[in-house]
Amino acid sequence: MKGLTYFSIALLFLILIGLIYKSVPILKETSFGNLFFSTEWQPLKMKFGLLPFIISTLYVTIVAVVISVPLCLLTAIYLSEYADKRVIAFVNPLIDILAGIPSVIFGIWGIIEVVPLVRDYIAPAFGTTSSGYTILTGGIVLSIMIFPIIIHVLLEVFETIPEDLKNASLSVGATKWQTVKLVILRKAAPGVISAIVLGLSRAFGETLAVLMVVGNVIMIPISPLDPGYPITALIANNYGEMMSIPLYDSALMLASLILFVIVLVFNFISRRILKNIERKIA
Amino acid sequence: MNINKVEEGIFKVLMKTSTLLVLVSLFLIIYSILQKGLPSLSWAMITQTPKGGFFLGKGGGILNAIVGSLYLAGGSTILGLFISLPVALYLNVYRTKTSQFADFTRLCLDVLWGIPSIVYGAFGFAIMLLIGLKASLLAGIITLTLMVIPIMVRAMDEVIMTVPKGLIDASYSLGATKIETSIKVVSKQVLPGILTAVLISFGRSIGDAASVLFTSGFTDRIPTSLMQPAANLPLAIFFQLSTPIPEVQDRAYASALVLTVIILLISILSRIATKKFTKHKSLV
Repeated sequence: MKGLTYFSIALLFLILIGLIYKSVPILKETSFGNLFFSTEWQPLKMKFGLLPFIISTLYVTIVAVVISVPLCLLTAIYLSEYADKRVIAFVNPLIDILAGIPSVIFGIWGIIEVVPLVRDYIAPAFGTTSSGYTILTGGIVLSIMIFPIIIHVLLEVFETIPEDLKNASLSVGATKWQTVKLVILRKAAPGVISAIVLGLSRAFGETLAVLMVVGNVIMIPISPLDPGYPITALIANNYGEMMSIPLYDSALMLASLILFVIVLVFNFISRRILKNIERKIA
Repeated sequence: MNINKVEEGIFKVLMKTSTLLVLVSLFLIIYSILQKGLPSLSWAMITQTPKGGFFLGKGGGILNAIVGSLYLAGGSTILGLFISLPVALYLNVYRTKTSQFADFTRLCLDVLWGIPSIVYGAFGFAIMLLIGLKASLLAGIITLTLMVIPIMVRAMDEVIMTVPKGLIDASYSLGATKIETSIKVVSKQVLPGILTAVLISFGRSIGDAASVLFTSGFTDRIPTSLMQPAANLPLAIFFQLSTPIPEVQDRAYASALVLTVIILLISILSRIATKKFTKHKSLV
């Protein structure tokens, strides 16, 4: 029991060490600038510029968060402060089901519905043409994938706001909405940020759904209607050939390491904040 | 007219609309999978393995992927349970709830939960190379197990935490050891909770593609040993959709429907298990 528990902690460090170990060859061969600030990705010429992939990942994630956060905040406030029990009993299981839907299903849905939406309506509305496989498409699909985690964490955070605090605000004449706006949201601010960061890191590491709808063109996307090529898609698309070209596998492991470290830091910070909120209440 | 009232009114409408949008997105997803998948779903598709030229539109089905997925998810869930249950018990019975060590373990597990599955895939691949394993059912199961451990431990941990301290103390006072208490009292008490944890991780591992992409390989045959490669549903869907042939793409939609139905069934089962668990708790 003890051994297994230590093993589960060690797993975190094992993954880190394993990925670093595998990334060392490329870090030795190629300069930092050529890896992170170069747009040239030509494995056969030993050029592994990761910049287009990093930018694409950031872009898709930001679009997803921008769409998702306002909707999740409004939904979570509604469920925790306004909705009656029957509504909550109806909505919660459905959000759980949404959380369980596999990435590939989101991807397929993206191809069936979101790609045509972007191609036939959104792109023409902005006066351009597009294949529909864009950063925006990826962002829309991702925004729905991260609904459950953000809403779930937000609901937990709102639950920790003491009832007395709300009552005090109401008793001095504030309306319910003023209480939400000036007391609850202010008090819950660190928790809200944690929820957003957790959703953001989920979007960051999502692979198949994004890969299927984002176009996979190696370029630095400028407009949300440009295609992109996120880091996760890079890793997934090239696993087949990576063993035949020198340093290729090391470059992909470095890409995984980047994902791992960023998600690790994000998760660590937001979990710590949430833990502190919990402790304060208890 | 009171401006505060107006503002509250506007936001109330916005809140209801948002909630509705979140729900509609779920229904849209299920509806579009049903609409696209149902017409091409056939008995042959779920009872046959791919025949020659399957990816060119010829006959056969996705039985290889269905069975492969069940093997992968089943194997990793069973293996994961054997690792996770002792950890969850250790966190609660051996270490008291307020211990710093337990808190740190929970933090690590929560962080692990958030690690993208493609990173598990890359790590699993690195391990495979290290121990000289080929892409196989076994390698896929090992990778998925690493991925579901944090999910299972935390899910069971949450349930075990709710076991009343009095029950554990009563067991000790009757002379039971910690091991006996863990297995005979705590585990029994939280059995439906364990079932929920099992179902959650089964659902997670059956739907995950990124982690088995490098590790489990892909084949048209049903694996007969742990060392053979195994297909799985998400990848079968992905590969079929990547072909330019409409008939094959249609089958991808039907395969997606099969996967969705499996996931929904698991969701419903775990809901029933949770309900049962809540009943037990009220009796204590």
